[in-house]
Amino acid sequence: MAALELSNVRKSYPGSSHDTLKDIDLKIGDGEFLILVGPSGCGKSTLMNCIAGLEDITGGEIRVDGADISTASPKDRDIAMVFQSYALYPTMTVRENIAFGLKMRKVPAAKIEEEVSRVAQLLQIEHLLERKPSQLSGGQQQRVAMGRALARRPKIYLFDEPLSNLDAKLRVEMRTEIKLMHQRLKTTTVYVTHDQIEAMTLGDKVAVMKDGVVQQFGTPKDIYNNPANLFVASFIGSPPMNFVPLRLSKQGGGWSALLESGQDRCELPLKLADGESLEGRDVILGIRPEQIGIGAAGDLPSLRAEVQVIEPTGPDTMIFVSLNQTKVCCRLAPDAAPNPGETLTLQFEPDKVLLFDAQTGERLGVAPGNGAAGRNGTVTRLVAR
Amino acid sequence: MTSLVGRKRLTFSRVAIYATLLVAVAMYLVPLVVMLLTSFKTPDDIRTGNLLSWPDVMTVIGWVKAWDAVGGYFWNSVKITVPAVIISTLLGALNGYVLAMWRFRGSQLFFGLLLFGCFLPFQVILLPASFTLGQLGLANTTPGLVLVHLVYGLAFTTLFFRNFYVSVPDALIRAARLDGAGFFTIFGRILLPMSIPTIMVCLIWQFTQIWNDFLFGVVFASGDTQPITVALNNLVNTSTGAKEYNVDMAAAMIAGLPTLVVYILAGKYFLRGLTAGAVKG
Repeated sequence: MAALELSNVRKSYPGSSHDTLKDIDLKIGDGEFLILVGPSGCGKSTLMNCIAGLEDITGGEIRVDGADISTASPKDRDIAMVFQSYALYPTMTVRENIAFGLKMRKVPAAKIEEEVSRVAQLLQIEHLLERKPSQLSGGQQQRVAMGRALARRPKIYLFDEPLSNLDAKLRVEMRTEIKLMHQRLKTTTVYVTHDQIEAMTLGDKVAVMKDGVVQQFGTPKDIYNNPANLFVASFIGSPPMNFVPLRLSKQGGGWSALLESGQDRCELPLKLADGESLEGRDVILGIRPEQIGIGAAGDLPSLRAEVQVIEPTGPDTMIFVSLNQTKVCCRLAPDAAPNPGETLTLQFEPDKVLLFDAQTGERLGVAPGNGAAGRNGTVTRLVAR
Repeated sequence: MTSLVGRKRLTFSRVAIYATLLVAVAMYLVPLVVMLLTSFKTPDDIRTGNLLSWPDVMTVIGWVKAWDAVGGYFWNSVKITVPAVIISTLLGALNGYVLAMWRFRGSQLFFGLLLFGCFLPFQVILLPASFTLGQLGLANTTPGLVLVHLVYGLAFTTLFFRNFYVSVPDALIRAARLDGAGFFTIFGRILLPMSIPTIMVCLIWQFTQIWNDFLFGVVFASGDTQPITVALNNLVNTSTGAKEYNVDMAAAMIAGLPTLVVYILAGKYFLRGLTAGAVKG
């Protein structure tokens, strides 16, 4: 168990003009669960391989418990990894697979035996120990791969998209098991995924990556409620955040935005940081589907809009309306959902909406209040939970 | 279920298929039958009977004489073939492992050049090889022949193993490295046990090539060190005295038996190895 610290980690391949990883700075404490998430090609797997020592870094430092391991060979880093393809040794039994790492480290046979049975018990694979990997199902192979990592009691676990080869149901089950395992063992873990739901559910800390750059590093809650830029806002959340292009007007000392639905319009006052100006900027409004209220209550800005499509998902029903000629999704409780063609009054809370610069994707305006935005706010939400 | 086969009617096309198969089988087997029958006949019987007739008297005299003539050379062939096959297979596996898993600068070029070895005709390397053997002091010796076969076979065995190892997922090697295994441990403990079909392909291929080789044998060996193929030729081509076809046939059978046995024992691996990687497993 150990704290992991990456500072200014860079990685470039010979013959490539741009860096695959650019000045990665991340720090997690002992026992924390770090998620590296991003679209394919963002460098998250490369970063993981660098931590494991399977690839050399071009610059910067990787420290475990304060000790620089940047140039140590993989076997000396005391790190175990679970691979996407599981990478079980096909000619060895499950028992031999789990024991291999211990054998390589010259652990006495009795101790190996003890360790294998501990891990097998933990993962409930005792009955599979004498089988070959080819005789196991995908979920069982997954468990064995985890068992192989667990057996060595390393300082750090690395998971490289471990669930992406499983079917949807098993994936959800194993996700919960991994979380449970981490809560019990409290081993520092780095977990690579492209699935934002895995990122939200598993991580203590999440690093959202794109093009080799960490876009935002923070708690899942922070990243969800307070995304650093347009990319993070669009990547995290399902269904994704709505982005509405705005027409701005300046009234008195403040800026406000005009929203129109075709049959109605409203002015939304925008909260900006001191000295910030929207003069000459194209601004995009970001609002999550659950942050749009229905019904007119208090003096919050509201407007009527026609429901175009509804998509019931079971627990929620998504309805789609058009604002500023853009499709906008609202998440409602199933029994509050209207029919297509009906008109609905939508309500916005100026404190909760996010503003982005359309050109640079940068966040504008003040950070929204903490806490699940809109959840207990003044916006009347009809999601019954 | 019982009548599934029986219910198939004997149509014209089925008859045609079986007839074709039977002809093909006969084409391959008749020469073998003739050889076997002849080898058990007496020379008189051979002169009077026809090729396919059953021997009047079964006799092993042909086999005994044949073994007297080529038996010593049979062991020469064993002494040449066994080490050359084993060493070229092992070295080919190691080469393939490096070329597939531990790419180095220029490794693709190296592999490309190595492939040329597969296309080189035997005749081309006769002079350089004999010069090299002379320099090494191995001319006309069994180790010399082993060396020539070993070097010539490496191109093939490397190709076989390299092509198998590129289909092995990289993650396996990475996992082993994290588990603390080094270069040779990964090779010996993880990759070699996976390579049984490829090993079999190499063994059969190399065994057949080296055992059946005539040219290298006749050029690089002389007298007592000659392999059985050369000895068989000498026996059959002697022009003095009456032709003893029974002895010739028995000697040819002795020369051909080892490759037959290898095919029968390892043949299923040969097919499996050649198709390995064709279907993702």
